[in-house]
Amino acid sequence: MRELSLNVMDVAQNSVRAEAALVRITVEESDKKDLLSIVIEDNGKGMTEEQVAQVTDPFFTTRTTRKVGLGVPLFKMSAEQTGGSFEIESEVGKGTKTSARYVKSHVDMTPLGDINSTVEILIRCNPDIDFVFIRSTDSGSLTLDTRELREVLEGVPLDTPDVLEWIHSYLEEQTQLLYGGAK
Amino acid sequence: MKSLAELKAIRDRAKADLDLRQENPNAARVLVGMATCGIAAGARPVLNAFTEEIAKRGLTQDIVVTQTGCIGICQYEPVVEIEMPGQEKVTYVKMTPEKVARVVNDHLVNKNVVTEYTIGAYNS
Repeated sequence: MRELSLNVMDVAQNSVRAEAALVRITVEESDKKDLLSIVIEDNGKGMTEEQVAQVTDPFFTTRTTRKVGLGVPLFKMSAEQTGGSFEIESEVGKGTKTSARYVKSHVDMTPLGDINSTVEILIRCNPDIDFVFIRSTDSGSLTLDTRELREVLEGVPLDTPDVLEWIHSYLEEQTQLLYGGAK
Repeated sequence: MKSLAELKAIRDRAKADLDLRQENPNAARVLVGMATCGIAAGARPVLNAFTEEIAKRGLTQDIVVTQTGCIGICQYEPVVEIEMPGQEKVTYVKMTPEKVARVVNDHLVNKNVVTEYTIGAYNS
């Protein structure tokens, strides 16, 4: 994967398939701590201990269209190759939490890339699921919570074109404030 | 600044034409393969290109863009399937954002399949 945001899109879809109603994506970036942390948490059907042990094995997959599952192994590799760490916690009936920590300055660090686009596509393609996206840096944080949007929208679906356009502009503006604004 | 007030205005406008939207059983569907294979091959810019092109032409009521999983032909990703009412499903392979405008114009608007981008053409 050329960007970590693509790994996030990929792994978040495991949450969708696990019938999650809420998916929380947290991206923390800190120059001070030389850290990037990505956490994807869902309330889907979860996995057994045995499945958790197998999930980082490329030859394990729950799908039937082919015999390999590279999503989680690629995500794990991207973190470990920077001297970071990777962890999956899961409980049947409760959900799954996938955490990756990166050493930002490492030569093998993959750029985060267009994480906003990932979040927009997840919302567009799964309008019935709620997403909480939190992105933070040393200077502040931004939050997008589709549950709050839904409250305002009163039944108008999240994948209405104008709503998606609003989400796009909102994320763009907030990101600019986070990265481009005065500290 | 994007505000919730603005979102409320969008809601009120959307509510007014919500019935129209639901009563469109003839909407075409664009399915972009977005499993690990598709994403790694560049499916995301392809999906974004479709939504942009369709929005630009004001066709968002008539065409639904969504994702699908891996259909087992990973070597041909990014794969895009197009379903139009009364037409057989068409599978486009090795898609790029540059090819999207032509598929929207020729296939989705004018109902002429872009044969050279399809899986059949790629195989022969």
